[in-house]
Amino acid sequence: MEKMTQLTSTTTVLAIDDVDTDQIVPARYLTATTRDGIADALFVDWRLDANGNEIADFPLNQPGAADRRILVAGRNFGCGSSREHAPWALHDFGIRAVISSEIADIFRNNSLKNGLVPVVVDTETHRWLLDNPGVEVTVDVEARELHLPTGKTVGFPIEPFARHCILEGVDQTGFLMQNLENIVKFEQNRSWQP
Amino acid sequence: MGGKSLFEKVWDDHVVVPETEDTPAVFYIDLHIVHEVTTPQAFNMLRESGLPVRRPDLVLATMDHSTPTVPVSDLGAGLDAVSDPEPAEQIRAMVKNCEEFGIKLHGFGSNQRGIVHVIGPEIGATQPGKTIVCGDSHSSTHGAFGAMGFGIGTTEVLHVLTTQCLLQRKPKSMAVNVTGELKPGVSAKDIILALIGKMGVDGGTGHVIEYRGETIRRLNMEERLTICNMTIEGGARAGMIAPDETTFEFLKGRPQAPQGADWDAAIERWRKLCSDDDAVFDKEISLDVSDLEPQVTYGTNPGMVIPISKNVPRDTGDASFRKAIEYMQVEADKPMLGTRVDVVFVGSCTNSRLTDLRSVARILEGKRVADGVRMLVVPGSQAIKDRAEEEGLEKIFTAAGAEWREAGCSMCLGMNSDKLGKGELCVSTSNRNFEGRQGPGGRTVLASPETAAASAIAGVIADPREAL
Repeated sequence: MEKMTQLTSTTTVLAIDDVDTDQIVPARYLTATTRDGIADALFVDWRLDANGNEIADFPLNQPGAADRRILVAGRNFGCGSSREHAPWALHDFGIRAVISSEIADIFRNNSLKNGLVPVVVDTETHRWLLDNPGVEVTVDVEARELHLPTGKTVGFPIEPFARHCILEGVDQTGFLMQNLENIVKFEQNRSWQP
Repeated sequence: MGGKSLFEKVWDDHVVVPETEDTPAVFYIDLHIVHEVTTPQAFNMLRESGLPVRRPDLVLATMDHSTPTVPVSDLGAGLDAVSDPEPAEQIRAMVKNCEEFGIKLHGFGSNQRGIVHVIGPEIGATQPGKTIVCGDSHSSTHGAFGAMGFGIGTTEVLHVLTTQCLLQRKPKSMAVNVTGELKPGVSAKDIILALIGKMGVDGGTGHVIEYRGETIRRLNMEERLTICNMTIEGGARAGMIAPDETTFEFLKGRPQAPQGADWDAAIERWRKLCSDDDAVFDKEISLDVSDLEPQVTYGTNPGMVIPISKNVPRDTGDASFRKAIEYMQVEADKPMLGTRVDVVFVGSCTNSRLTDLRSVARILEGKRVADGVRMLVVPGSQAIKDRAEEEGLEKIFTAAGAEWREAGCSMCLGMNSDKLGKGELCVSTSNRNFEGRQGPGGRTVLASPETAAASAIAGVIADPREAL
């Protein structure tokens, strides 16, 4: 995983509530055995028409969208399926943070393991960001703060260990592996065996 | 300090290293269910790092999502003849990965193959008090046995394969109290759809639900599985029901259930798996089902649901509501009842068990699927398929004009050969009515098996209470 302490970017706004992971990556793109080329599947049914042409007014098709690193989305982003292909596709497209007033549990967990920072903010800040697409904001992972161009700063929660991994650019598997002795001991001392 | 809830008891029993402010708990997993779609990248990472699968004996492997629902004669030309090339490769990769890492695979030809969340209970691998994960969000299904089941991503699949553990923060708890007696023609599916409608698709975020109350206690295991299955559609990670005599009766004698003295010891342990009287929940909601009607969805998430006799809500100008009804081609303040149906799908980890198939057969017996309607009946496992054929259910389905298939996820998620065409409307017993879920441009109306069967005969969305 790449290191990230701060991220400054203009935003792309997708002002739809309850965007599910079937929209982020439709199931028919889950048949691959690697994650190569997964960005092509990102929002494919909202991004392209039946003939494969880009739908001009879809936010990710607008000029400059490919350079924007921050997606502002409607409430409860990433609900539905547990497919990690959803954060993979967003990351491979270039997105490094998703801001919403609420982000679904499994998607949030998967994002944190892939260098995609879930940023949950209060509804007032969220509303302002939805109403002002394209503004430049800074996600400060170190300080757990979001800086708006109005000068306003709001805090956001991030699980401390996941934050540590993002700041250091390390994955979480290593930490689990260091606990192997504890795991063996746990297995030996259980009152029942699965 | 209050007593402990069921969830807290199971949680505490699996903490290897407690959480601290800086680090999550190292949390032990008793059963890891794997399928072909969300594991190949994890197996690739395992191969690259040279690590083994630590506890292959705690892995239950099958193939269900991308598999064809017509017979597959062999994994070579036989599979190619009935599958698109990419899913076929994924299926072959699963066979190879399981061979290489010493995992027993319930593949084609096995009478224990089926949908991940159907075979776990069926072979008795799903048991009270276990922690059960799978790279599939409907892992909440297993909570019907008083297990803690939840969906994980592919990185976490790797974590469990290498260490049998996950890094977890303790979720909050939520009690859902269900009371009242269901009327004829109303089922467990209608209870869970109504609950999601009430709490919203994010009402359970961050929580583990415990379903409680007299109504839940009266449900059989298949009905409890249906309820816990759709827990994730309310945003909650897991949904649990305390085990009781119904649970033990179901499990007794199943191939992987404890036997002999082990069974007696297990029962003694399982009886303690209930919430203490003074357990405290972070959140609590109630539902009285005495007057509950069959439910149908009108929009593009499972929370957009109405009682079948009522109208789609009024348009209040909400953008997401408008986008949903436009996609579904339904009108605000108009009924769903009477809407023309193209396809009826009976299947999925929500409603593909023997009791579901029997309910459908009771309504279809001696009748015909309406002209112009295609009906698919897809059993959740090969064992269910065999049993349904022994009971003669298959003959009722085929005589009515429905297609009877091999076990699999089928048309629930549009990643195998069973898909909706653009614009087609499907009354489906599955769990998600997201845009394009059953195929690009397809329109899904979620409902119970009874409502699906009644609609298949009528050719329009129909009230099953009139078909009884």
